[in-house]
Amino acid sequence: MEDTIAAVATAYGEGGIGIIRISGEEALPILQEIFEFHGDTDTFTSRRMTYGKIIDKEKNQIIDEVLAVYMKGPKTYTAEDVVEINCHGSMVSLRKTLALVLRKGARLAEPGEFTKRAFLNGRLDLSQAEAVIDMIRAKTDKSFDVAVSQLEGRLSLKVEEIRQKLLDLLVDITVNIDYPDEDIEEMTYEKLEESIVETQDMIEKLLETSSTGKMIREGIKIAIVGKPNVGKSSLMNGLLKETRAIVTDIPGTTRDTIEEVLSIRNIPVYLVDTAGIRETSDKVEKMGIEKSKEAFNQADFILFLLDGSRSLEEEDLQIMEFLKERKCLVLINKRDLGEAISIEEISAKLPASQVIEASLLKGQGITEIEDAVEDLVYGGEIVQKESMMVNNVRHIELLQQAVKSLTDALHMSERREALDFIEVDVKNAYERLGEIIGETVSDDIINEVFARFCLGK
Amino acid sequence: MEKFLMGTYDVVVVGAGHAGCEAGLAAARMGMKTLMLSINLEAVAMMACNPSIGGTGKGHLVREIDALGGEMGINIDKTFIQSRMLNTAKGPAVHSLRAQADKNEYHIEMKKTLEAEENLHLKQGEVIDLMIEDGKACGVVLKTGAMYRSKAVILATGTFLAGKIFIGESVFESGPNGLAPSNELAQRLREYGLPIRRFKTGTPARALAKSLDYEKMIPQDGDETVVPFSFMNDDLQKNQVKCWLTYTNETTHEVIRRNFHRSALFGGQIEGVGPRYCPSIEDKVNRFADKKRHQLFIEPEGLYTEEMYIQGMSSSLPEDVQEEFYKTIEGLEHLEIVRPAYAIEYDCIDPLDLKVNLENRHIENLFCAGQFNGSSGYEEAAAQGLIAGINAVCKIKEEMPFILDRSEAYIGVLIDDLVTKGTNEPYRIMTSRAEYRLLLRQDNADMRLTERGYAVGLVKKDRYERLLKKKEVVAEETDRLKKKILQPDVVNPFLEEKGSTPVKSGISLLELLKRPEITYDDAAVIDDIRPKLSAHQKTMMEVQIKYEGYIIKQQQQIEKFKKLEHKKLPSDLDYFSIEGLRIEARQKLDALRPVSVGQASRISGVSPADINVLLIWLEKMRRQKH
Repeated sequence: MEDTIAAVATAYGEGGIGIIRISGEEALPILQEIFEFHGDTDTFTSRRMTYGKIIDKEKNQIIDEVLAVYMKGPKTYTAEDVVEINCHGSMVSLRKTLALVLRKGARLAEPGEFTKRAFLNGRLDLSQAEAVIDMIRAKTDKSFDVAVSQLEGRLSLKVEEIRQKLLDLLVDITVNIDYPDEDIEEMTYEKLEESIVETQDMIEKLLETSSTGKMIREGIKIAIVGKPNVGKSSLMNGLLKETRAIVTDIPGTTRDTIEEVLSIRNIPVYLVDTAGIRETSDKVEKMGIEKSKEAFNQADFILFLLDGSRSLEEEDLQIMEFLKERKCLVLINKRDLGEAISIEEISAKLPASQVIEASLLKGQGITEIEDAVEDLVYGGEIVQKESMMVNNVRHIELLQQAVKSLTDALHMSERREALDFIEVDVKNAYERLGEIIGETVSDDIINEVFARFCLGK
Repeated sequence: MEKFLMGTYDVVVVGAGHAGCEAGLAAARMGMKTLMLSINLEAVAMMACNPSIGGTGKGHLVREIDALGGEMGINIDKTFIQSRMLNTAKGPAVHSLRAQADKNEYHIEMKKTLEAEENLHLKQGEVIDLMIEDGKACGVVLKTGAMYRSKAVILATGTFLAGKIFIGESVFESGPNGLAPSNELAQRLREYGLPIRRFKTGTPARALAKSLDYEKMIPQDGDETVVPFSFMNDDLQKNQVKCWLTYTNETTHEVIRRNFHRSALFGGQIEGVGPRYCPSIEDKVNRFADKKRHQLFIEPEGLYTEEMYIQGMSSSLPEDVQEEFYKTIEGLEHLEIVRPAYAIEYDCIDPLDLKVNLENRHIENLFCAGQFNGSSGYEEAAAQGLIAGINAVCKIKEEMPFILDRSEAYIGVLIDDLVTKGTNEPYRIMTSRAEYRLLLRQDNADMRLTERGYAVGLVKKDRYERLLKKKEVVAEETDRLKKKILQPDVVNPFLEEKGSTPVKSGISLLELLKRPEITYDDAAVIDDIRPKLSAHQKTMMEVQIKYEGYIIKQQQQIEKFKKLEHKKLPSDLDYFSIEGLRIEARQKLDALRPVSVGQASRISGVSPADINVLLIWLEKMRRQKH
């Protein structure tokens, strides 16, 4: 029987709903382990959407409210038992749910694997064979290429460096096992643990450089822009839930950039309110405008506010011109006062941006903004200016698996288990790292053994 | 010269070294009329290098050969003079048995076994050509003009084929140990278009025992309790000899460095590729210049000889230099060399030219084994000899080839590595080459393989019944241990004594044995009435209980591995017609013709995407047939 695989089936960072697909005979048992039914139902009926919660029972934590559906094989996409979990919370809950599913025994699907299974299990027409081959070819090759080309190969260099450390360790273990009579340094548990911890740290550091990791650690900078009196201060207050910036209906009250630190769903956010960028003769205001432009350039992310009760004005157009290359979140505020601007109109002008409607003074739209910020952070959509290396779900997953294998190895070592058992976990970590850069052959251990040690008759 | 037919056999084996012996015995024991030929019958089962059998990985091979009904384990059990279980401080999967052999006894006992074997005919003679008809090997031609026809030929030529010895500036054509080389056959094999290469190996000097100073060396004793290699033996008690440990020093290295230019190795005369795991002393001094000393073991070559083997010191330096540097070593100051160290270069085949049943891809019914296939070591040779012998018989009987996969045996790992990945140096087995090491243990080799050997007709009834008995005894005793519950008042004093955590309620003996600090023998004091188990039975049962969790985990991995091994690829597949395969993959697959998708996945140059393409393609073919 094939093992059970899982992956996010929808594109990352797009839309509010993400679907996790699980395929294989463990699909239902895994779902049952992490699902809490709502109301009276307590069983899954094939092909019926069931409402409930995803729960991490070990941490006693609710991850998301979801709709889950179990589809009994063979009449499914892959012809195996399939489970789909519709997470509608956010990118974070999607990722957390996937992590939970993997922890419960599923394996992260290889690129194109669902389709491959669908074909192998007879669900796809023979005429589609060539198409399936092309798709798998493209996806598998691409997933290695990504690592190799990612930021000019910096990721693969880093992964290589860590792999080299693990290789050294594996070589030491191997030579101890295969050459017990030779005059070589003994591999002690202390040395072993020191090496494992060191490597683990290196991977953890690398994980922290993932856009997500870095943003969670260091926070993101959001610049708010919009013509005067469009509701920027209300927005800040809404997010801050306290009055810091002065809210009036006289244009230009906010004369300076104001920076606030707040936390949106545990992500530290530096919110910069700007004075707008309209043409002005007022010297004080002019200085403020210069500062605004600077703030835009430094921001990771821009929140652009429009007054939905009035049609677009010269100043809005100026800002749009300024922002057209950038990806931002456009908020059409004051929806309660009128519908002078349509979403389509804005989307046409700022195609890279996401547009939402709000009525901030009535407290409507804050949740949507929080969702959007979270999605952008976890979806890997924001490319930060500084050194960010890992920005790919597959890579993050593999790095995390490597850390887990090393943790297992460490526990084994602490329990003073035999070296050859520990080797299994260390090798596992080494192979996971190899998968990132598309290297799986293990002859390199033996090659290194002979390069580094003087052995033999 | 006049040629004449001297006889007709089922199988002819060329060579009577470790590979040839197993090949010949396997064929004969499976009922084939078998002829074994050797340039010199004094070379039967000759240990041309170190006087020991086993060691890490190699010990596993010997157990597997034994489990399949081979001879090596039984022969070393008869002739060992010291025995040690290595790696006992590590996990049971890497415990490795190694025994020092009485070389001459080893040869004599094996020769006796060959001579006594019904169906087996041992003759002295140099094979100079193969008989080939319609691309099929069908016999051999001897230097005397004698021809022997056969249904299959097994080549196990060791280092005899175009052998060339190097001792410093002195280079001469020779087989191992001063025996005649096989030059004409080497020439013919090249003419037949086989991909022949040159490999190199070496052996250290032998010294006269009485010329050594044992006061200055560290004695190395064998184990008190000897564990037999063969599953057919339960107890072996024997007086054991000592080995000795000493070290090279800066002066030794200085002498060697000063004479680098006189070494055949650096002089460029040697074109053959030597093994990295077995470097000559000049190679060690050169490559590991910062190492202050290298260890060497002095090992007796037998009970009725004064010759001592200087392990760790092979060399191709001239004799005068050898004497000079050996004498700088503590304990060896007055050493008298009986046989000088030498390097030997020989012809071998690129094993990629072989199929998984060890048959040549281009000449049908020609099977190959041992050093001829690019391996190194007695045990590696014997393992291949056994498999080549079995497969030659399967071919003659038109039965399915006998293939062990990587999850079944180290033998499977060894052969799969050779024929799938190839090798650029004499190949040595290592435990780290096996993916499923925790299951491929030496204690369970019989459980893994004896039934396979029985099915193919090589394992005889007595061995098979022993296996059944072992299974039964182990199952019964495991069951008894599971049912025997001990109460805290009985078990806690014992646990305390062992430094183990006491229990609050009753515990079964089985659970108790899962604790690393409690052994089956320990538990005898709280388990008064127990059946008598043999050492083999006891070890396997205990390992199985203690490491159950790991074993189950690895079994699951194997199930996954087997899936791809079971997806067979047709032997006449036109890889060039499969769109989606990269060009390199097409070429490699076309040349190597893997038997399964699993084997294909291990070929260098075939990527995971190529494998997926193959899988899709196979499915497409399957459906089109329906």
